[in-house]
Amino acid sequence: MANLATADTTEQLQRLEQSIDRLLSEAKRCGATAAEAVVSASTGLEVAVRMGEIETVEHTRDHGLGVTVYFGKRKGSASTSDLTPQALEDAVAQACTIARHTQEDPCAGLAPAELMARELPSLDLDHPWGISVDGAVRLATDCEDAARAQDNRIINSEGASLSTHAGLKVYGNSHGFVGGYPSTRHGLSVAVVGKSGDEMQRDYWWTSARAPEDLEAAESVGRRAAERTVARLGGRRLGTRRAPVLFRAEQAAGLLRHLCGAISGSALYRKMSFLLDQLGEPLFPVFVQVQEDPLRPRGLASAPFDGDGVATAPKTIVRDGVLQTYLLDHYAGCRLGMTTTGNAGGVRNLSLRMGDKDRAEMLQALDTGLFVTELMGQGVNNVTGDYSRGASGFWVENGVIQYPVEEITIAGNLKDMFKGLVEIGNDHDFCGSTTTGSWLIDKMTIAGE
Amino acid sequence: MTDSIALARQSILAPVGLGDSDLDRLISALSSPAIDAADVYFQSSRLQSWMLEDGIIKDGSFNIEQGAGLRAISGEKTGFAYSDELELGALTKAADAARAIARGGGAAPVNIGGAPARRRLYDPMNPIESLDDAAKIDLLHRVDAEARGMDTRVKEVMVSLVAVQDTILVVSDDGRLNADVRPLIRLSVVVVAEENGRREQAHSGGGARLDLGWMLAEDRALGFAREAVRQALVNLEAGPAPAGTMTVVLGAGWPGVLLHEAIGHGLEGDFNRKGTSAFSGRLNERVAAKGVTVVDDGTLPGRRGSLNIDDEGTESHCTTLIEDGVLVGYMQDRLNARLMGMQPTGNGRRESYAHLPMPRMTNTYMRAGNHDPGEIIASVEHGLYAANFGGGQVDITSGKFTFSASEAYLIENGKISQPVKGATLIGNGPDVLTRVSMVGNDLKLDAGVGTCGKDGQSVPVGVGQPTLRVDGLTVGGTGAD
Repeated sequence: MANLATADTTEQLQRLEQSIDRLLSEAKRCGATAAEAVVSASTGLEVAVRMGEIETVEHTRDHGLGVTVYFGKRKGSASTSDLTPQALEDAVAQACTIARHTQEDPCAGLAPAELMARELPSLDLDHPWGISVDGAVRLATDCEDAARAQDNRIINSEGASLSTHAGLKVYGNSHGFVGGYPSTRHGLSVAVVGKSGDEMQRDYWWTSARAPEDLEAAESVGRRAAERTVARLGGRRLGTRRAPVLFRAEQAAGLLRHLCGAISGSALYRKMSFLLDQLGEPLFPVFVQVQEDPLRPRGLASAPFDGDGVATAPKTIVRDGVLQTYLLDHYAGCRLGMTTTGNAGGVRNLSLRMGDKDRAEMLQALDTGLFVTELMGQGVNNVTGDYSRGASGFWVENGVIQYPVEEITIAGNLKDMFKGLVEIGNDHDFCGSTTTGSWLIDKMTIAGE
Repeated sequence: MTDSIALARQSILAPVGLGDSDLDRLISALSSPAIDAADVYFQSSRLQSWMLEDGIIKDGSFNIEQGAGLRAISGEKTGFAYSDELELGALTKAADAARAIARGGGAAPVNIGGAPARRRLYDPMNPIESLDDAAKIDLLHRVDAEARGMDTRVKEVMVSLVAVQDTILVVSDDGRLNADVRPLIRLSVVVVAEENGRREQAHSGGGARLDLGWMLAEDRALGFAREAVRQALVNLEAGPAPAGTMTVVLGAGWPGVLLHEAIGHGLEGDFNRKGTSAFSGRLNERVAAKGVTVVDDGTLPGRRGSLNIDDEGTESHCTTLIEDGVLVGYMQDRLNARLMGMQPTGNGRRESYAHLPMPRMTNTYMRAGNHDPGEIIASVEHGLYAANFGGGQVDITSGKFTFSASEAYLIENGKISQPVKGATLIGNGPDVLTRVSMVGNDLKLDAGVGTCGKDGQSVPVGVGQPTLRVDGLTVGGTGAD
């Protein structure tokens, strides 16, 4: 069932599929009534340079397998990095030992056979990059050089790194489903340090893509890291107050992830979500539209089937502000008396319909308030929606940035923040599987001096 | 057989037929006149976990990992490759790839020899086998029953138990061979309580480098259940947290995560060698109030963050970082120690054979002072008592750090009053310890659940502190209006 792949990867895929076969037949031999397994292999190169010199050259090569066996409604799992036939047998035996002690769980088991992916669409995820160590060093150096040359306040660097990885993953289960595909991922990032008086600030920028030609240019990555760093110099604190807050697109993507965490099956059936019983309810103002597209060509989170082997498909998560679906795997679906939504393993390629204002116009819309460009700490409570995080960014008055701010916190409740979303910008400017512009939220508590 | 080196040879090298001459060949393959240091790190680890939810043992898993990481260092450059196939051909290929960091080759042969292990902070046993599976299952059920039996408001209980045996063997370029067999156990309890439609969660747990008998002793595991329920019920009563800068009293034990974030990371050798830490170049300067002494101590018997040797074979140390308020030491691995002209401090750690070592903390704590905790609370007219915390984060360059309270109370007129919701606290690392005005006499280490992340690598750590009064920390609640 392998989709488009080179001859070499086709052969490797076949080897991994044979491992799956072996795991599944071994499970059957041990008396399991059902089983599923995933096998992966990947190779990669990571090069880091710092202050113009090579810092590390890492060659990576990883294997992994995981197997889950079911004895009726009892399950057991095992995993290992060893793909030798003996290790496969041992892993199945370990999983079966575990299953002797687990208890009957009415929802334990494979997703229904009729939901398995039948055809694997080509998602264009496999673009190996045969870059040499020297070539990788050159690109990372270009990136760091651009960052260091951008501004004379950039006095130090944490370095630039280039990485390239190519991998194969095959999943199969005792329904007879076996699916596998190759994928690649490449990235370039740099972090530099700026200084002004006694104050030091650091910031970074990065690019990541399935195909090397989709990466942002090295010089551009370097320049943006430098711009972000020097913009933070002269950071001040703020007095404690309530004010509107504009989340930069990267940080707004984090708010979308909190939404997904709260509507995920495992949080819902455990009643550990602030969005229980909200299906069909308005969570946001009517202009908010959120989509998931797991089949986006070259998407960083694209996959033709989910962790249960269930076919993935695009769907609307929020329409006109109203929650349309939860994000369920087979198990959580069963627990909630619903059907899986093909989200075993998470949500894949979210996008939020953007408005028509650019950065400057969004700052105008903010008028006077806080423009948040970085968040720190884990202060998000998924059960209550309480949100309290360290922040830095810029204080804005009359739509104009006044000065950088740091060592403050912003706090509120995610439910109120979602309802209080005033406007979404069109200023999406970062790599990643989530697409959104900046978010303007009507009011939050800022704690400072 | 209780010698770690013999155990490691037997469990890692013997099954794959690798002998001393092979190790010698690998070290030679990594070495050349241009290589300053090299090592081969073998690892074999076994992990078993069990999970209880809805009153039943829902899942369990067993994980086996093994492999070797090969590293060659030339000046500030590191070449690194690893293999999960422990076979001479694959390992030699990895050695060649790692050595390519420096041109040239042909090193003198070395003699592989084991250094006698002097330290025994934990037994080289396998905690997975320290209790039979039925007894582990029974323990999880008893923890669940304890939590549910305490209060009818308890609605969900999740319990997990993890036992790991991690065996490592390090061969350095001088032929020195070291090994360590590291047990690690951990039990976690998550509780959701509900009252009048309001739900709150809390978690508790503990762990150590000991056998699972530790969980049973002194009703320890049941104690974690009781603690999780107590915190969840407190949170059901909590009002909005205040917002703004105020006097904060930090509880003893896990709130020592303050030290880990505010100063610990900033004192790791790599950031200081590179000059990117807010503490760079500040040795011998005052960075904390008088009376504040902070150490990183990998030598505490049985603790989660302790190590007999670090992942480079260096014996663990108790390193004083801040002595009576003055910065006196950094935490070092071999690379950064050499480049800074300092001694390694046993802080070279790595997540696994597939990761490069770097300076990391072990157990980081503040030594006790002489104030009674009650006296510290009584000294505060208006402020926050932060009894327990979740995790934290730091920006090493600017020094700004956060950590999030999971259990907190207002202090009014010297008395603990109403509980308030969890909130993030933010401060400036080089500055926060200068505001410590009282240090308690009640030093406590955490229960053994800490995991530290740096550059994508996770390692188990410990923290601790006595009750502390900090005059001026920013509390990120919502209660401004």
